[in-house]
Amino acid sequence: MSSADAFELVGVDAGPADDPILHGLDLEIPANGVTVLAGPSGAGKSTLLRLLNRLDDPAAGEVRWRDRALTDWDPTDLRRCVAMVFQRPPIFPGTVRDNFAVALPDVTDERAVHVLEHVGLSGELVGQDASTLSGGEAQRMCVARALLTDPAVLLADEPTAALDRSARETVEDLGRALADSGVAVVWVSHDTDQLRRLADHVVVLADGSVRATGHLADLDASPDPLVRRSVGASA
Amino acid sequence: MTGGLLAIEQGDIGIAGLAASGILVAVAVAVSLWRHLGLERSLLWASLRALVQLLLVGWALQFVVDPGDPLIFSALWIVAMVAFAGWTTSRRASGVPKVLPLALVSYTAAAIVVLGVLFGFGIYELEGRTLVPLAGMVVGNSLAATVLVSRQLLIAADEQRGLIEGRLALGLSAKEAFQPHLRQALRTALVPQIESTKAVGIVFLPGAMVGLILAGVDPADAVKVQVSVMYLVLGSVATTTAVMSLGISRELFTPAQQLKRPTGPIE
Repeated sequence: MSSADAFELVGVDAGPADDPILHGLDLEIPANGVTVLAGPSGAGKSTLLRLLNRLDDPAAGEVRWRDRALTDWDPTDLRRCVAMVFQRPPIFPGTVRDNFAVALPDVTDERAVHVLEHVGLSGELVGQDASTLSGGEAQRMCVARALLTDPAVLLADEPTAALDRSARETVEDLGRALADSGVAVVWVSHDTDQLRRLADHVVVLADGSVRATGHLADLDASPDPLVRRSVGASA
Repeated sequence: MTGGLLAIEQGDIGIAGLAASGILVAVAVAVSLWRHLGLERSLLWASLRALVQLLLVGWALQFVVDPGDPLIFSALWIVAMVAFAGWTTSRRASGVPKVLPLALVSYTAAAIVVLGVLFGFGIYELEGRTLVPLAGMVVGNSLAATVLVSRQLLIAADEQRGLIEGRLALGLSAKEAFQPHLRQALRTALVPQIESTKAVGIVFLPGAMVGLILAGVDPADAVKVQVSVMYLVLGSVATTTAVMSLGISRELFTPAQQLKRPTGPIE
């Protein structure tokens, strides 16, 4: 992807009007590979991710994607191109197929099975009550559901935070596979081990602004201890 | 029964009859005292307040129910009822965005629809004697359901935020994303009314019918009036809750299909 496909944030303030979480944020997020948003709690990582899916708008500044301000996009069109998965996967009532039909009302069984297998789940789950899925299965089902809209970008807000180790690894592998297949992934993580396994690019946020951005090797050598700590650099 | 305590065959129980019926308030107070419920003052206050309010209403109704009274008085009465219902709804469902104007529109819509049918089809003759009480039934019976649906929607927007934003994030419009919660809130508000309608005549005899029979009206005629009143209530509740919920649904989202943050605590 060209840099024109990247997200650009210019002078962005976001969060509650009386107490913004992001302050004057200037940032470019690459449109390829896995970009991990790291930094301490309250730094504004999730707030930033919600801006990219336009679940929230900035209080000031502008967010652009594909050289267009997000406010110029139809929000529903944008969200089908820039999909999002959450820390707690929202499971809609009904079967896995019913959940898929929310994203794609005329989804066929064949497509449903295909997308389940694409995220490493058995196609037999298609008729299963979605509320009975395990945590890892539910998160992967949510990724599969998001993929039904053929997104160019997948935003993942700490998608493994509530999962056990085995489920965490399968979701990480899925994120990596998606990035390798051309879907840009923007992944929020507190887990430095995970960051080091996944990240092609890293953005370190602190106190609502960008502390550092770049490749892992560059940030490992940062003179800023908070940056090194945020990426899990060895002392 | 001349000279007797009760004279219901004339549709008038008399002052003595009214006072005697107060014995039943004393029974309720006695139960409260017996079981240490601490509700004696509330019971007495509610009973007294209802008596005074209804006496005042009865007095005021004299100026609108006579065939010669101008209908403008009835119209003003209805405006006052709608305004009071809107204000009450806004107090009981505080936190709902633009609750007062939405409630006023909802009650007005119900009054137009229901009274339009009742008078448009000549079911009742258009005069103050019918207009004010029927409008009162429309507004009064819709109030609880309107408050309920308003609160339900606000609670759903708060507690089900994850599901709603999950649908939005998949590219659904705000209307589509909120539809399941809207449907559930409307069902919650309407089902008790439907159940009550089904049970009528079996589990209980409704007030309008009892009142007419006590006033000496033929039971068959009383039933016809009662059935029309029940349908009126169903139509009123359905209209107010539908208009209110659609209005609230629009107010909960921004034009960019984003779920707004609650502006205050849900009480």
